[in-house]
Amino acid sequence: MDWSFIEKYTPMYVEAAVLTVKIGFFGIVLAVALGLICALVKYFRVPVARQIVAVYIEISRNTPLIVQLFFLYFGLPKAGVLLSPEACGVIGLAFLGGSYMAESFLSGLESVGKIQLESAESLGLKRWQVMRYIVIPQAASVSVPAFAANVIFLLKETSVFSAVSLMDLMNVAKDLIGMSYNTNEALTMLVVAYLIIILPISVVFTILERRLRRAGN
Amino acid sequence: MQGIEVLFIGNNMLRLLDGLWVTVRLSLISIALSVVLGIFVGALMLVKNRIVRAICRVYIEIVRIMPQLVWLYIIFFGVTKLTGINFSGETAAVIMLTIWGASEVGDLVRSAFQSIPAHQFESGLSLGLNRAQLYTYVIFPQALRGLVPHLINLSTRMIKTTALVSLIGVIEVLKVGKQIIDANRFEYPNAALWVYAAIFLMYFIICFPLSLLSRKLTKKRGE
Repeated sequence: MDWSFIEKYTPMYVEAAVLTVKIGFFGIVLAVALGLICALVKYFRVPVARQIVAVYIEISRNTPLIVQLFFLYFGLPKAGVLLSPEACGVIGLAFLGGSYMAESFLSGLESVGKIQLESAESLGLKRWQVMRYIVIPQAASVSVPAFAANVIFLLKETSVFSAVSLMDLMNVAKDLIGMSYNTNEALTMLVVAYLIIILPISVVFTILERRLRRAGN
Repeated sequence: MQGIEVLFIGNNMLRLLDGLWVTVRLSLISIALSVVLGIFVGALMLVKNRIVRAICRVYIEIVRIMPQLVWLYIIFFGVTKLTGINFSGETAAVIMLTIWGASEVGDLVRSAFQSIPAHQFESGLSLGLNRAQLYTYVIFPQALRGLVPHLINLSTRMIKTTALVSLIGVIEVLKVGKQIIDANRFEYPNAALWVYAAIFLMYFIICFPLSLLSRKLTKKRGE
């Protein structure tokens, strides 16, 4: 290990990690919003929109993120849509994540039995009250494990952003390997950087899941 | 639709399909290796020895916590540097996909066996089956039925992950696409749109039927 190398290039990694987290954050927030809309559309069986959502989910789930990004970044400009690498990252992650989030939310919504909806209605609750007090609290706790897995999955997928020339962690590591041949140091820092990002989130979710499981019993 | 001809002039489509075959071949090799090794990992996770189980758990978690692309870099750049062994891009890709796939298959195998209720074992034994018969006729068929949809699902994930190998210089469908775009830069400036749309569609055509099959098998089992 060449410690002076590590010291010299740590700021680059920090900068790249911040970028990764930033784009990951916005992408995941958008993915959650998109997933929520899609899940509600499917849950309430909204005509037409339901079919569109179904097609979107299949397309998004059955293609790799890197191909989606290439299409956004290299393909779409030829059709007149110019996107910055950052925008591509956020949009790509939201497009990919939306379908995964939708499925986790939908499985939560559908886990609430019909009998509960009927009981709530017969008690005189309005439709939004049924959602607010009966469905959403239960659905949310059922959705948490899948949701957590999706967040971590999407954070890991951010590593693909280097392919659309974002200066993210992968790109920094690759550049350093190419420039200086300090492969061991560059890769170790890469691993550490990802651990710092992903490990705490993974631990928090594990604790959360455990508490929810206890609450469910 | 201007410029879509670029896909069909010369042998462009054939080259793309050739590239796709590289992707598919790498996936198939990795999936096969992952299943074989994953069954071992799964079996090790079911033994009574706590240390063996803990080692397997650590292996699975370590693989899971890092993005696959990071593993690809570690194998392609890191291992070469440390050991002096030079992997080709394709070998590195298969190693990465297999290490990752085997861990996932191992976990699936474990959960498939653990989901079989204890009374199945007990009733089997009380009917006078010996261990071999118990596993052949009672346990394996049930475990397999639970396992197959998940394995198909994992296969689609592995096929999608194979797209990453273009980043370490393997000439697969994305790289071939790029070559076609570069070669036709002046005659067909819109090539990128159509080539990447075509590759998008190719992945979809491969993965979508597998997803459908996996879902159908899961549903069938639920009934």
